Amino acid sequence: MSIKLNGREHELSADIQNVAQLLGSLSLENRIVIVELNKEIISKSAYADQPVRDGDKVELVHFVGGG
Amino acid sequence: MQDRYRKQELFIGKEGQSRMEKSKIVLIGMGALGSASAEMLVRAGIGELVLIDRDYVELHNLQRQQLYTEEDAAAYLPKASAAAKRLKAINQHVKLQSVIENVDHHNIEQLMEGADVILDATDNFETRLLVNDAALKHGIPYLYGACVGSYGVTCPILANGDAPCLHCLLEQLPQQSETCDTAGIIGPIVQWVAAVQVTQALRLLSGQKLKAELCAFDIWTGDYSRVDVRGLRDASCPSCGMDAVLPFLNGAEQTRLDVLCGREAVHIRPGAKKSLNLPALAEEWAFAVDHVTANEHLLAFRYREHRIVLFTDGRAIIHGIDDIVRARSLYDSLVG
Ligand SMILES: [Zn+2]
Repeated sequence: MSIKLNGREHELSADIQNVAQLLGSLSLENRIVIVELNKEIISKSAYADQPVRDGDKVELVHFVGGG
Repeated sequence: MQDRYRKQELFIGKEGQSRMEKSKIVLIGMGALGSASAEMLVRAGIGELVLIDRDYVELHNLQRQQLYTEEDAAAYLPKASAAAKRLKAINQHVKLQSVIENVDHHNIEQLMEGADVILDATDNFETRLLVNDAALKHGIPYLYGACVGSYGVTCPILANGDAPCLHCLLEQLPQQSETCDTAGIIGPIVQWVAAVQVTQALRLLSGQKLKAELCAFDIWTGDYSRVDVRGLRDASCPSCGMDAVLPFLNGAEQTRLDVLCGREAVHIRPGAKKSLNLPALAEEWAFAVDHVTANEHLLAFRYREHRIVLFTDGRAIIHGIDDIVRARSLYDSLVG
């Protein structure tokens, strides 16, 4: 399946079914992230329960500390 | 109108330019972001700029910290003074104040007194959350900006009782984060972050509103993302919620440092205990550290000529140093 990630087409392997797995596939599982799924911000506690489906629009911003 | 600002004034208007020349911006950190923002603000004719940094110029800064020269590095000039020297040569009319200090809960309120905008150019989250607390208390807009690798992120913290604060967004002090010392950084992303922050400052000073929007860009891949964060204001936030206690400003969350007498070493204790994944850190830091020894409690290694022992709870002992400000800077450049 494919989603729109930060405005671009992004292919997902079939084993990625929720937000937590999506973050894992992007190596962001240990970062502080804001996840917007179809214009709705997903709370951090719901990442493992929130399904990701074909055609979803996802915006991801993770925080960094350098400067 | 001073001729030197004519083209800017055509864009932001007479009123905007005149407010610009009467305004004061405080820059927290004079590394890469601070250098880039300061130069833009001084060229734009800001009235007064406060330059705060605890560090001195080193050769490895020159790749991206645009105000500094080889001469500054050879002379171990503090960044705040080296910056002022260069900025004065660019625009003699800007009032500059150099502060060579570590920002902490004792001095932050005094350092930001009278500021119209606070611009974030620090290299660690603890200082950011401290500045966030102080900015909220005094109702001063605070422009968060940071970068690592080729990725940068910005968000205005508006302190208007409506938008979320940085503490709402992060929820907690990150346990560990990538830093420019461990993950690297390229110069162009610094310019992007600073450009966005300075534009936000120009908008605020010209009387325009800012949206509470998180904005991120990876300048290497071209990935851009933007999230409207208005809904993330947390009513129970310890920094901006109904029972706000400003935990970073009151010192409760502040990292403690002690010189270990007779050992030329500094002991660092984070205000809130961490639980670090040391094997993962050792892997991430492979290019920055060497002589690594690890066991289940600690990681020992050499980093910039110092022997450092880091414990899982975030405590560290840095050997070969008795200057706590310098020790803190080393710690932040690793752990973030
Ligand atoms: Zn808050």
